[in-house]
Parts: sequence; structure tokens; C-alpha cells
Amino acid sequence: MAYQFDFTFIPDYAGMLGQGVAYTLGLTVFGGVLGIAIGIGGAISRLWKIRPFDGLYQCYVELFRNTPFLVQLFLIFFGLPSLGIKLVEWQAAMLAMVLNLGAYSTEIIRAGLQATPKGQLEAAESLAFTRRETFFYVMLRPALLKVWPALSSQLVISMLGSSVCSQISAEELTFVANFIQSRNFRAFETYFLTTAIYFGLAVMIRQLLGAIGRYAIARRAAS
Amino acid sequence: MPLVQTNRLHKFYGTNHVLKGIKLDVEEGEVVTIIGRSGSGKSTLLRTLNGLESIDDGTIEVDGTALVAGEGDLRALRQKVGMVFQQFNLFPHLSAGQNVMLAPQVVKGTNKREAAEIAREMLARVGLDQKFDAFPDQLSGGQQQRVAIARALAMSPKVLLCDEITSALDPELVNEVLTVVRRLASEGMTLIMVTHEMRFAREVSDKLVFMHEGRVHESGHPQEMFAQPATPEFANFIRSLH
Repeated sequence: MAYQFDFTFIPDYAGMLGQGVAYTLGLTVFGGVLGIAIGIGGAISRLWKIRPFDGLYQCYVELFRNTPFLVQLFLIFFGLPSLGIKLVEWQAAMLAMVLNLGAYSTEIIRAGLQATPKGQLEAAESLAFTRRETFFYVMLRPALLKVWPALSSQLVISMLGSSVCSQISAEELTFVANFIQSRNFRAFETYFLTTAIYFGLAVMIRQLLGAIGRYAIARRAAS
Repeated sequence: MPLVQTNRLHKFYGTNHVLKGIKLDVEEGEVVTIIGRSGSGKSTLLRTLNGLESIDDGTIEVDGTALVAGEGDLRALRQKVGMVFQQFNLFPHLSAGQNVMLAPQVVKGTNKREAAEIAREMLARVGLDQKFDAFPDQLSGGQQQRVAIARALAMSPKVLLCDEITSALDPELVNEVLTVVRRLASEGMTLIMVTHEMRFAREVSDKLVFMHEGRVHESGHPQEMFAQPATPEFANFIRSLH
């Protein structure tokens, strides 16, 4: 028996799918940029043991790296209102993405900074750089370039993981897919298409981040 | 008054007493070479002079800026003391020119145009004005070390510390670096070096300092010291070179 594929539903839902993709990308970009910013802050305070931030960061990183993303999301969306913090779906989804990525990038960036050769630090010291100057002019860029592949992977993982946000009705791609298949009862085609879209997005993000990394390295040749 | 002066300098690594009351005077324009076996404390002594190693007791004074038992204005001291390392330690993400420009811009607030001018001038001094835009990994070891010298010179230091700056180089690249150092010496730059290039040390040094077990064991004019070692330890050291 041959299953008859039927993709004729696509045009009717094209706009909706587009919005879902945009939502997913929005979560990823927003989570990526703010997450990496949090990661840099976290890496600095943990590396130099800046109190009380180092302790706070350590608790935060351990908490978010050792619990499921879905539970983090529920805690934010269903738990925080008890503290009087009411977030609508997209706000909760964004916050969860940012916090989750922030925790992972803290560890990744910390590893990159820690791998700074001692000679680099001594060269900066001997030129009378302060610790802050050494960080910004000598450590940060080589460290980010070094861990860029790891950060890129983490960003793709987070993009894929954002599908979980459908569980609080954030209208990202998986939410849209669930909605469509509940209407057309074409589960196989709908999720097949969704799989293809996620795959395409992941490949695209990887390529894009790879290009950014190569550009940052190659920029030196041009400057 | 000497340009660089240390008094009763003591340094411990845990219970290991590595510098035992060093007194060292270096006059302006003098070239001083510190020699000794590994573990004698010569590199440590050099590194205390710009605060890369802390000291446990004693004083260091460079051109009026003093460290007393490690307390003092390190940033001011470091602006007067340049350093060149065995492993070059150029910043890999910056071009040769940018490596030289960075410290004047960041530490002294020199504007970019002026810093670029300084960088061109310093790179020309080490014979690398053509390599302004090259990156460290595109340069040979000898060229990298010359950029590192230019980088240190760009801060107009009063004294330049050279910590075994030819030890990591292939033999055929040693000379181009020594030529630069020789020229700096002849231009009147105050130099304090740790080196294993004994022939070079004898040739350019005004003063030789032989360290042994954390002390200045013997010091003086290189020709005289080599001709007539005053201590059996230095005599042994010379013999071990051949």
C-alpha cells in the first residue's frame, strides 16, 4: 500500500509558516545576541572572581545547564506570575532563550578566555595595560574567534530547542506546525515540511555564522 | 645617580629563596648582561624590574619611579621599562603595525594617526617598515622578534629588558635580531639582557653580571671578567660554555 503524499495545503498556510519561521529566528537572534552578552559578563566575573557576581553567575550557570529547557520555560511562564511577574508568551519564550543561551555561552567564552596564552598577558602587562585594557584589546577577540565554532553550534542547538516554546503557545514554527496538522490532519506531510524547514534554517545559520567567523579572521588581511 | 637601581632585593617561591638581596645599578646608556646557570635567578631578576614578578623585600627604582617591597605605581614603572620576551608574544589578531600602535593608543592616549606614525618609525628602526600590514603568523621568528622590539620601543622606554630574546630562534635568524640590539646599544639605549649568546654579550656589554644561587656572584667589565675570573664558580661557568 502506497501512502499518498498531499502537500497541496502549503499555499494556504504559507503566510503562517513564514511567521512561524520569523518567530523562531527572532527567538534565536535575540537569544544569541543577549545570551552572548550575558556570557561575556559571566565569563569576566567568574574568571576574575568579581564578587558577588561570580557566585551569582555560578549558581545561574549550574541551574540552567542542569535542568531541562522545557522546565525552565514553565518555571518562567507559569511560576513567575506567583511572584507578581507576569509575562506574555513571547516575553517568557525570549527570556528563557536568553537565560539558557547565556548560561551555555558563559562556560564556552570562559574556556576561550582561559586559553589565553600566558605570554599574551605578560606582553600586555609589560606594556602597562590595566586588567580591563588587557581584556578588551588582547584577550577578547582571540578568545571569541577561538570558541566561535562552539558558540555557533550552541546557537543552532538553541534554535532547534526553541521548538519547545510551542508548549506555552509562543507562535514559533513548531506551534504553527501543530496548528496546521490539527486542521488538515496531514501529520506526516506537515512535520515532514517542518523538519525540512528546521534543517534548512540550521544549515543556513551554521553557514552564516561560519562566514562571520571567517570574515572576522580574514578582516585582518584587509585592514 | 643610576637609571636603574635595586637594593636588597629578595624573592621567594614558597620556601625557595630565589633572589637573595640583589643590588644592581645600571647607568643611563649602559648595556648590562646577566648570565648564569638556569635556576640562578637571572630571568626572575629581570622580570622583577617591570613588576612581572613581585618582590618580597627590597626596592627597585627606575628613573625616579620606585617600588618598595612590591608597593608602588606599577603602571608608571612599566611605562619606563620595555620588555622583549623569548617567545615574542605578539598579539596574533593584530598586524605588525597595529601591534606597535596599540600600547601608545591605549596607555598613552595617542591618537590613531600619530600612533601609526610612531609605528612606522619604530618598524623602520628594526628594518621592517615594509611589513606594517603583515600579521604575526606571516612573519619569520626573527621578524616577529624585531616587531616585538619595535612594540616595546614605541612606548619610549628608559630601559629595555631582553629576556633570552634569541633562544627561540632558528640559528640563521639569530643575527638579524642581534644586529638590531647592537644598533640600539650604539644609539645609547639602556639595555638589560639575559642571554646565552656569550660572544655577543662580551661584544656589546659594558657590564657583565654573573648570578649564582640567587646572588650577584661576580660582576664587572666582560673582557676583564673572562680574562680573569675572580671566583671559581664563574671560572667553572666559562669552562662549561666550551
